[in-house]
Amino acid sequence: MFEAYQLPPPPIVLDAAIGLWRRGLLQQDLLATTARVLEGFVLGSIVAIALATVTGLSARAERALEPTLQALRTVPTLAWAPLLLLWLGIDEPPKVALVAIGAFFPVYVSLVAGITGVDRKLVEVAQVFDLARGEIARRVILPAALPDLLTGMRLGATQAWLFVVVAEFFGSSRGLGFRLTDSQQSTRVDFMFVAIVALAILGKLTDTLIRVVERRVLRWRDTIGVARR
Amino acid sequence: MSRPLIIRELRKRYGDRPVLGGLDVEIAPSEIVAIVGPSGCGKSTVLRLVAGLDTRYHGEIRVGDETICGPHPAVGLVFQEPRLFPWLDVAGNVAFGLHERSSPRAADLVRAALAAVDLAPFGTALPKELSGGMAQRVALARSLVVEPQVLLLDEPFNALDAFTRMRLQDHLLAAWARYRPTLVLVTHDLDEAVYLADRVLVLGERPGRVIDVIPVATPRPRDRRDPALAALRVALLEAVHLERTTAAVA
Repeated sequence: MFEAYQLPPPPIVLDAAIGLWRRGLLQQDLLATTARVLEGFVLGSIVAIALATVTGLSARAERALEPTLQALRTVPTLAWAPLLLLWLGIDEPPKVALVAIGAFFPVYVSLVAGITGVDRKLVEVAQVFDLARGEIARRVILPAALPDLLTGMRLGATQAWLFVVVAEFFGSSRGLGFRLTDSQQSTRVDFMFVAIVALAILGKLTDTLIRVVERRVLRWRDTIGVARR
Repeated sequence: MSRPLIIRELRKRYGDRPVLGGLDVEIAPSEIVAIVGPSGCGKSTVLRLVAGLDTRYHGEIRVGDETICGPHPAVGLVFQEPRLFPWLDVAGNVAFGLHERSSPRAADLVRAALAAVDLAPFGTALPKELSGGMAQRVALARSLVVEPQVLLLDEPFNALDAFTRMRLQDHLLAAWARYRPTLVLVTHDLDEAVYLADRVLVLGERPGRVIDVIPVATPRPRDRRDPALAALRVALLEAVHLERTTAAVA
């Protein structure tokens, strides 16, 4: 169906990977992409947690911000790219910003859902102890919403890997996304497969890492999921 | 330490349905008062108002000479369900209402409170590992550790089987003897009311108000088989039942 140059067999891809590694290019790509994902993911998550805490806890903030955020959420990823390039130049900032946007929405949406879904009965316990609103938020509502936050962060990490590839399609000189487009132009399908396999491995690693954290942090949960995993 | 709870002309309505129609009660320091009455007579509402969870009412609620209009550190409430925080271990749950939770003094208070409900070895257990009765004892310890002057209990042993319930009643008495709060217990279990209380208030059908007061003079420790308690239970049953029939006729 496909010629070997279109769909190279695994040994050829492995050879290509070794070749890229020897020339120092694979390390460079992995490092660049991972750094962008990490920075963007952390940035997007922090902003998402801050905003979700505000809109989740305050009805007034929710009325003010929620419609705008919901509208922004429907904007396709690629639509942001030209604007970010114009605003932030062609260097690292627009790429990190795009990844941050990708990570932001899953984290934000999950945490808001988690906060608004907190059992009123637990909040009442804190009220009886005469805790201030901030105390209640910190000691009851956020811990209760933690499972949803972690779910959001897992989805956010997946999004971050997705968005970094898109970001690297535009005006970059290193990274796995750059390797894909660059190899497409030079028809080095074997290099393209190296990039794709690397992305798959990194994505899976991130997900596993967050799940490990999740399992440790949510040890207290009394659900069938805990026993099964 | 303990202070009286004074309720005067307490009225409350949900929309245009009156729930409490002028409740008058005066509860002495360290007294144990049980409130019984038909369901929907506003028993639990009284506790929610005194605990400050609902501040829209008419009348007066005072602890000592302080008027209650909102949650107050002197007033504790144990709910029907344990309502433990699942992410905190037992000691963390008990310490929840304390101010300096990481101080050695707090650790001592927590240990004492857990000992008072006979759960000393369970400080590091998670709520999901506890039975229903144990969880409710943790909830009791969590309320007691801050040494409230008034402790309210809203049908706290409702969900438990008869044996566990009797054990918990004795746990409650032991803990009360240690902390001596003024205690108000809402219950629908007449045996429980007679066994625990110094006085039993009978509330009438909605809108609730006190229609009868039955004092229990038997000294503690009481024997559940005591014929005097059985006689009081009959009197209580008649008081509740009488209210039912007159309400039905009216």
